[in-house]
Amino acid sequence: MFRFIVRRLIVTVPMVLIVITLTWGLIRLAPGNFYSTDKKLPPAIEKNIRTKYGLDQPWYVQYGRMMSNIVRLDFGNSLKYENETVNDILKRTLPVSATLGILAYLLALVVGVFFGTLAALKPNSKLDYISMALAMLGISVPNFVLGPILVLVFSLSLYWLPPARWDGFPSWNLVLPVLTLSAIYMAYIARLTRAGMLEVLRSDYIRTARAKGLSERQVIVRHALRGGLLPVVSFTGPALAILISGTVVVERIFAMPGLGNYFINANLNRDEPLIIGIVAFVSIAVLIFNLLVDVAYGFIDPRIRY
Amino acid sequence: MNEEGLHPAPKTQHPKPMNEQNGNLLSVKNLRTYFETEDGTVRAVDGISFDLKRGATLGIVGESGSGKSVTNLSIIRLIPSPPGKIVSGEVLFHGQDIMSLTQEEVRRIRGKRISMIFQDPMTSLNPFMRISRQLMEITQLHLGHTKDQAYEHAVRMLETVGIPEARARVDDYPHEFSGGMRQRVMIAMALSCEPELLIADEPTTALDVTIQAQILELIRKLKVETGTSVILITHDLGVVAGMTDEIIVMYAGKVFEQASTPELFAAPGNPYTKGLLKSVPDPTSEEGTELYQIPGLPPDVVQLSPDECPFAERCYRAEEVCRREFPPFVQLDAGHFSLCHFAEEVYAESRAVRAGAPSNPTQRGDAR
Amino acid sequence: MSEERTPQVSTEEGHTQYERASSPASALTPRGTPQRPPVRARAGDEIHAFPETAVGEGDVRTAEAGSEFVRGTSLWRDAWRRLIKNKLAVFGMVVVVAIVVAVLIGPAIIKAKTGYTYDFIPPDSKLVQSFPPLTAPDGSFSWTHPMGTDSEGRDMLARVLLGGRISLMVGIISTIVSLIIGISWGATAGYLGGKTDDVMMRIVDVLYAIPYMMIVIVLLAFFGAQSPLKQIFLLFAALGAVSWLTMARIVRGQIISLKNQEFVLAARAGGVSTPKIIFRHLVPNALGPVIVYATLTIPTVMLSEAFLSFLGLGVQAPYASWGSLAQYGIQNVAIFPWQLIFPGVTMALTLFSLNFLGDGLRDALDPQMRKF
Repeated sequence: MFRFIVRRLIVTVPMVLIVITLTWGLIRLAPGNFYSTDKKLPPAIEKNIRTKYGLDQPWYVQYGRMMSNIVRLDFGNSLKYENETVNDILKRTLPVSATLGILAYLLALVVGVFFGTLAALKPNSKLDYISMALAMLGISVPNFVLGPILVLVFSLSLYWLPPARWDGFPSWNLVLPVLTLSAIYMAYIARLTRAGMLEVLRSDYIRTARAKGLSERQVIVRHALRGGLLPVVSFTGPALAILISGTVVVERIFAMPGLGNYFINANLNRDEPLIIGIVAFVSIAVLIFNLLVDVAYGFIDPRIRY
Repeated sequence: MNEEGLHPAPKTQHPKPMNEQNGNLLSVKNLRTYFETEDGTVRAVDGISFDLKRGATLGIVGESGSGKSVTNLSIIRLIPSPPGKIVSGEVLFHGQDIMSLTQEEVRRIRGKRISMIFQDPMTSLNPFMRISRQLMEITQLHLGHTKDQAYEHAVRMLETVGIPEARARVDDYPHEFSGGMRQRVMIAMALSCEPELLIADEPTTALDVTIQAQILELIRKLKVETGTSVILITHDLGVVAGMTDEIIVMYAGKVFEQASTPELFAAPGNPYTKGLLKSVPDPTSEEGTELYQIPGLPPDVVQLSPDECPFAERCYRAEEVCRREFPPFVQLDAGHFSLCHFAEEVYAESRAVRAGAPSNPTQRGDAR
Repeated sequence: MSEERTPQVSTEEGHTQYERASSPASALTPRGTPQRPPVRARAGDEIHAFPETAVGEGDVRTAEAGSEFVRGTSLWRDAWRRLIKNKLAVFGMVVVVAIVVAVLIGPAIIKAKTGYTYDFIPPDSKLVQSFPPLTAPDGSFSWTHPMGTDSEGRDMLARVLLGGRISLMVGIISTIVSLIIGISWGATAGYLGGKTDDVMMRIVDVLYAIPYMMIVIVLLAFFGAQSPLKQIFLLFAALGAVSWLTMARIVRGQIISLKNQEFVLAARAGGVSTPKIIFRHLVPNALGPVIVYATLTIPTVMLSEAFLSFLGLGVQAPYASWGSLAQYGIQNVAIFPWQLIFPGVTMALTLFSLNFLGDGLRDALDPQMRKF
């Protein structure tokens, strides 16, 4: 197990570097740069700045310098938010995104597993059809449609909930963004749970459990859930990583100062250090969460050995 | 070992043990289990009746799809529903109709008084759970064992079924056991509460030949030790030969022949049984003798007409009447029945062969 | 269609589990031996719970995960029959067809009827404002603008239909791009096997772990905006290039399970070249799951497109997609909600229907998932 984790971490590092290189390459290959879009500077000043940031060096020197900084987890200063380092921005925005993401995933997990299991227990029943149709709706309605509609109904018409803005945790401001964010994950989890449970419920060992005389509840809780939820476990890794590292659309709709929002702005501003910093951070998060899921898998399924 | 489990059931459950006098532990009457599929109703079990005496062993033999497994799943009401449905019939266990019990009451019988061993030990054990927990679960549930008692019991059961170093291995997961060992675990589980009836559904089909013999021997030994009644389901006549007192031959959801084991082997009264017997490889026959196979395939039960013998298409003895009329269930001898228009003729032939008369040489040819 | 796509049927007797032998005689060899191939189930399938019909537990062998069912001659017809029985899938199919037709001919009809096109701004400045659905400028009822107008006075219905054209186009073309890459990759890996397969699938594994949406965002942000048309082509390529991974896996699994069957050996023994075997024999046979997955990829890609367009990185003016219309609409959602709701709901309905259709196809094409 330990060796497996170490091995995976060793593989992880080059992967993150590849992603960063790819991003950096794209940025560099593109025409124009930060200074060509935002503000036109007098050539002398631009030259000074270019020298300061090493932009007058050949590309491999710049690449090498960037990489050596990144390996030390130093992403440099943002070009746009001049007085802040990228790390400062990450520290400021991560809690916002993580709060939204974790709450949304927890909600999705509870609701999704509950309804997915119920649907699997009574396949082709009314409840099954209704929950699966709702789940399909959750997958099909884009969150940039769902979010505004929720705002329209609950804050602009009924005045029950505040429509937007970050107000720390806990706060009523979180309700609508979390719901919006959660919907599609809820739907996916419900579908995964149903499919996983249906498969397990058809398996021989469930019949054995029933033949033992266990009650249906015991059969499900003790014997079926574990195997039935494996698909949800593997879904959790990437989903949670993406959720925590910010979901662009919801953060924009609800004006949340999270990672995703900053990422889009950084792209629109051509803020190279910030883009690379966020890409690196998210890549690391995805890889670590995937690793955690694999480790969890090992605990859940004894047949898997590392 | 059997002071407790083999006593007649608690008084509350069967005030009038009407079946007890004739010694029947289990009495299945006119059982019908149908499955609704897209293609129509599958009459998987269609009017099966039989009795099982206390302490006896019954063999149910038939090709795949003959309904033997469904019969036994129906007995403890484990038919997945939908699509399955037990349409009619009684299953009297100690005189009490299992079909009329509540779910809760059936559950108290399952695993405790009637337990099952399934075909594929590789998939019948929960892969996510330690062997110990899977064994403990059943005695904690039915015998009210505490954790410690249940654990000790589990170790003892594993020793009983011949798992070496049972104490060291009890906490393993199923995948750490071989197929034969897992089937032993299944048997240990099934016998944990000393059931009155053990239903073994093709317990050896998925196993290697050498292991098959060991498992059968184990079931026989434990049966003798505990006095449990056994229903042994198999498609292999060789398996039931040495183990059972009585045999039912099933085909297309119906009982085709029913007889005591020696009688069935000596004087089969049904062409289908004869075919089955002939297709058992005979070690004494000369090398190069072709192995006999019943021609054709088991019928698609959905397509069968109620007015024909389901075996007619494949039968060497079939005549026009077999395709027109459903055959009668003929009594040939005490306890010997056969579902065939020509039951008596076939029976007489068999007896003649047994008596040493030369068999009709054309008959083998006909059977092709 | 069925015969040539399932050539193994002609070499073996391919009954599905539920089919009855056409006649008992045909199932016999001269020796009277049943010629039926063993029916294979996937690992983990519940074999016992099947009603014991034509074959039962003895004939069923559990094959390796992902291997194919022995297919019957009437696979496609059977699948169609099952699809038609599935009400939700039929609903999905009808809606998808209706929307495709509307999107194709709708704008022309609107132009003929009312003179409005998606970019027609009325010259009368009093009309350059957002009117609610079915409302004439004087507030009375009118059929002129069933979905109202946007803030420039353009007809919403025409815009939604045009947006649908682009959204569907992006969905379909990107899916085709992903199909081409995924099938080539997966088929090659699966057929060649061994080290090549290892390396190719390891690459897929690695790519799975990349937050590709971020890279697409960077790509579109930095390379886009050169011209609206180029932006759309960039979308096709970018979305297609990131959607092929699962397809490659599915195709590989199919190919591996198929390649050991007799008809491939026969082709090889006959001296057919490797690429020919792959594309003539294996790919057509692997088609079922590919169709299903492709159907489900279209809504996913459309959602991604909408999401990028919503962020201003996708389809740009003068073109419009449902995503960019929604972005436009959200700015005034409190005052002119119809500007968001119509494109949004139309899009949701389309995705909903496509998803149901895809699910229905999966149920229909995968006999293991059959409901009793």
